[in-house]
Amino acid sequence: MSGLACKGIRELQGLLESGSCSSREIVESVHARIQEVDPKINAYLNLDVESALLNADAADARRAAGENGALLGIPVAIKDLLNVKGQSCGCASKILEGYTSPYDATCVTKLREAGAIPFGRVNMDEFAMGASTERSAYGVTRNPWNLDHVPGGSSGGSAAAVAADEAIVSLGSDTGGSVRQPASFCGCVGIKPSYGRVSRFGLTAFASSLDQVGVLSKSVADAADTLGVIAGHDPKDTTSDPAAVPDYGKALDGSMKGMKIGIAEEFFGAGVDPEVAERVRAAIDQCVSLGAEPVAVSFPHLKYAVSVYYILAPAEASANLSRFDGIRYGNRVDAEDPVSLMCKTRDAHFGDEVKRRILLGTYVLSSGYYDAYYVKALKARALIKRDFDEVFAKCDVLMSPVAPTTAYKIGAELDDPLALYLGDICTIPSNLAGGCGLSVPCGFSEAGLPIGLQILGPAFAEERILRAGFAYEQSAKIQHQRPSL
Amino acid sequence: MTLLPTIGLETHVQLNTRSKIWCGCAVDTAAAPNTQVCPVCMGYPGALPVLNEEAVKKTVQTGLMLGCTVALKSKHDRKSYFYPDMPKNYQITQYDQPLCLGGSLEIEVEGRKKTVRINRIHLEEDVGKSTHLRGTSGIDYNRAGTPLMEIVTEPDLHSEEEAFAYLTALKRILEYGNVSQCNPEEGNIRCDVNVSVAEAGSATLGVKAEIKNMNTFRGVHRALMYEIRRQTRAVQTGTPLVQETRRWDDDQGMTSSMRTKEDAHDYRYFPDPDLAEIALSAEQIGAWRAELPELPDHRRQRFIQEMELPDYDAEVLVADVHVANYFEQVVAVADISAKAASNWVMTEVMRVLSETGGAPADLKVTPEALGNLILLVEKKILNHSKAKEVFGLLVDSGGDPEQLVKDKGWAQVSDRSSIEGFVKRVIDENPSVVEDYRNGRQAALQFLMGQVMRVSKGKANPKMVLELLKEKLA
Amino acid sequence: MNEKAPDLDHVEVTYVAMLARIELSADETDRFQSDLDAVLAYIHQLNELDLDGVEPMSHPTPRKNVLREDVVTPGPDSEAMIRNAPATIQGLVRVPQMMEES
Repeated sequence: MSGLACKGIRELQGLLESGSCSSREIVESVHARIQEVDPKINAYLNLDVESALLNADAADARRAAGENGALLGIPVAIKDLLNVKGQSCGCASKILEGYTSPYDATCVTKLREAGAIPFGRVNMDEFAMGASTERSAYGVTRNPWNLDHVPGGSSGGSAAAVAADEAIVSLGSDTGGSVRQPASFCGCVGIKPSYGRVSRFGLTAFASSLDQVGVLSKSVADAADTLGVIAGHDPKDTTSDPAAVPDYGKALDGSMKGMKIGIAEEFFGAGVDPEVAERVRAAIDQCVSLGAEPVAVSFPHLKYAVSVYYILAPAEASANLSRFDGIRYGNRVDAEDPVSLMCKTRDAHFGDEVKRRILLGTYVLSSGYYDAYYVKALKARALIKRDFDEVFAKCDVLMSPVAPTTAYKIGAELDDPLALYLGDICTIPSNLAGGCGLSVPCGFSEAGLPIGLQILGPAFAEERILRAGFAYEQSAKIQHQRPSL
Repeated sequence: MTLLPTIGLETHVQLNTRSKIWCGCAVDTAAAPNTQVCPVCMGYPGALPVLNEEAVKKTVQTGLMLGCTVALKSKHDRKSYFYPDMPKNYQITQYDQPLCLGGSLEIEVEGRKKTVRINRIHLEEDVGKSTHLRGTSGIDYNRAGTPLMEIVTEPDLHSEEEAFAYLTALKRILEYGNVSQCNPEEGNIRCDVNVSVAEAGSATLGVKAEIKNMNTFRGVHRALMYEIRRQTRAVQTGTPLVQETRRWDDDQGMTSSMRTKEDAHDYRYFPDPDLAEIALSAEQIGAWRAELPELPDHRRQRFIQEMELPDYDAEVLVADVHVANYFEQVVAVADISAKAASNWVMTEVMRVLSETGGAPADLKVTPEALGNLILLVEKKILNHSKAKEVFGLLVDSGGDPEQLVKDKGWAQVSDRSSIEGFVKRVIDENPSVVEDYRNGRQAALQFLMGQVMRVSKGKANPKMVLELLKEKLA
Repeated sequence: MNEKAPDLDHVEVTYVAMLARIELSADETDRFQSDLDAVLAYIHQLNELDLDGVEPMSHPTPRKNVLREDVVTPGPDSEAMIRNAPATIQGLVRVPQMMEES
């Protein structure tokens, strides 16, 4: 094995530019690594090696013609809910079996334009509903640091693939923490951009007002480079923001001097594992030693975030997932009449968590309950946004744990939906408010499982959180640790 | 006990935009099934809607034509119900913030004028079209995502005639505004009818029935006639009515129950998070208003006052925007009288249109050609009966009337010496008739006149023929 | 529509499943019933909040008037789209015989 698969984007660009390796060799190395370790990890659902190699050759030709760019010739693993033309887009669900996508998601188009190579579809919780990848219809993905533990989710395949060096970088999606939490559980970097920063066109919708495409990578710099490629306005997504995309790489100056770091005790409150709290506080101290200034702030409505989220996300999801009915594409259970066809198809091919959320969402929107639940949740959402506004009036970024715990054992939380939902408390607020968030590895538990530091910023402050994350990462050197597989 | 029906209409109108409401697929009813489709209008995973500005404009323009208040802020909502022809299993529509509110439409039934209030107009998407084959159904999604405007009246209508008059007046306005093709056969206009019957003067309405998806105005008229009779009989005999949705069977000429209110849908409306709010400025609304054509009422007044047409002519011409436009183009040919043009359009042109079932645009006889033909008559180059023959030729194969008249040698003969020749010949050939005339038989003059026209092959100027005959016989 | 006073503590799973077009087994119905009741009981904490005068927030970053020009821009290959249908007949997507408005 050439070892190319274990390198990050920036290092590979150096090798590609000096002619020390080709894009084809990188794809081959990643493929070899997948064959070696994926039987243990189960991060990949599908691999189209041939088209990836062809794209690699095309990228090598572009480079030979004088082109260069951050992602030129770099393979990128794609979460199974992003459309890639000619590939399946199963969302790790049985209901989409047989579906072939006729189009590329806008972020995939942007990857292709930059010369990156979409390579492989990675596992997830079915329709991104879950936080452990146990709710995939195609088996759980395992945490590379401990195969008995979950990788987190819903972008568990994206995180595990990067952590196990089965991918250089991957795309995920984050609706309530689905990029940041698995990044934290697997010890990689994950960024959830601000709502509107990356086009949602081609991203199978879970909760449309919360979903964002995000990046999972081996370093903050790689996350910045990849985000720079996929971000930007898209006329096909009404909610995408027209603001120009900054050069995120430029923000990474290695300094945190004078940056005000908000610390809200609510994020360290009940439910947060003391070990996790301790590691995160140590990471914040490290930032302070780099010249950042700690600021005590408060986030009084944090405790309502999970309630708000578990009204709004299922409500939107209940409508978004109505289209999966066995009529126009995907799996179908035949029946005498269209109504039973739909009812049987949806019962047979949706998993329990998906059904649970569709039922909850249908309930909160149904006649007589709309004001009591949905409207109330929208108002409480405004209060959470207000908390952020007040926080960011006093500081530049907010630092907190990503998740209350480290990766738990497979099967541990499967039967208690409420416990599962409460695990999202630190990540959900940023989705509700539309801000951006970064998860950076900040150490390990006694049991050897990774812990993540969450760095939150207001909407369109990606440069700020990346700068902070990069400075911390450079001083902490956590990224050099690798799981032994 | 006098029973009074109360009727409200919800009219769905397909807008005549080029592309669909949320995507760039063509609105094309003639295309092969499932060829005008894309991930957006087929409800594919990951696809997102982007609102077509022209659909907003046409809805607002309709609102302006109907005197509605255009909402400065409006939004779209998802209405959830499962149906195989609806790709997302929710329809994007407008629930509590429609584009247009209020408004009214004047109708006339048996000479009585009446104002029908409009409650609201909102903008939504059409669904696919299902075909029922033997034992199975097939769906064509080409129609899915066609912009659809729903115009809702207040319950101001009280008879099937009023409902029919409302739909006719509405169609006329929509055609004037060029917002819809308005072809009921194509399903461009479809109607849900709400009707109930209660004692006249009663403060409460009766139990209402909704008749869904009617696509001809005549069907609405017949269905209402049936339904009003059915409900009236029920009320009179004390049979309880249930609030329900009913289906109209055009062949059998009757309505039948589809479902009762108990299993009415729970639509779970909520604001569509994929779409942005619509916030129209007064400038924008003003600009769209400025683009509107003259409305039928105003046009009729202009025809009466400026063109001095009789009320009847103005009404007939204005009834169809295409006919009115054709008429104005005829009049635009210099030096012809509006009344002459109106006579031609109302008799000859409208006769041909009703025979062929075509539109004025399909006629081979252009408005310019008809104008020129009328000009030939007014200049006395052509007499009226020959003009009708020329018109017939123009209908068949088009062309320039002046050239046709020249080619056929049909120009009216008005020079005195030629006509004197015809007159002399007829007098010479009919001595006994001449004798009769001189003995005081007036009918003899008519006969001689006819003979002169025959000899001249119909081309002689009839007025001059009469003058010269009288002169020679004197 | 539904005039009955809403029971905010208890999800009618059978009704909701009917609306959502999911045919649940008796076992699933029981299971989801208790799951959803538990989630709902938790969600009731929102009743503590004073939300008077707070504007509902549907969009994280609300935008206005995002419209497209009325231009025909055909999507990807429509044949690829229809090939995805589980069953077709004469170019139509085939479904079991439909009733008018079920």
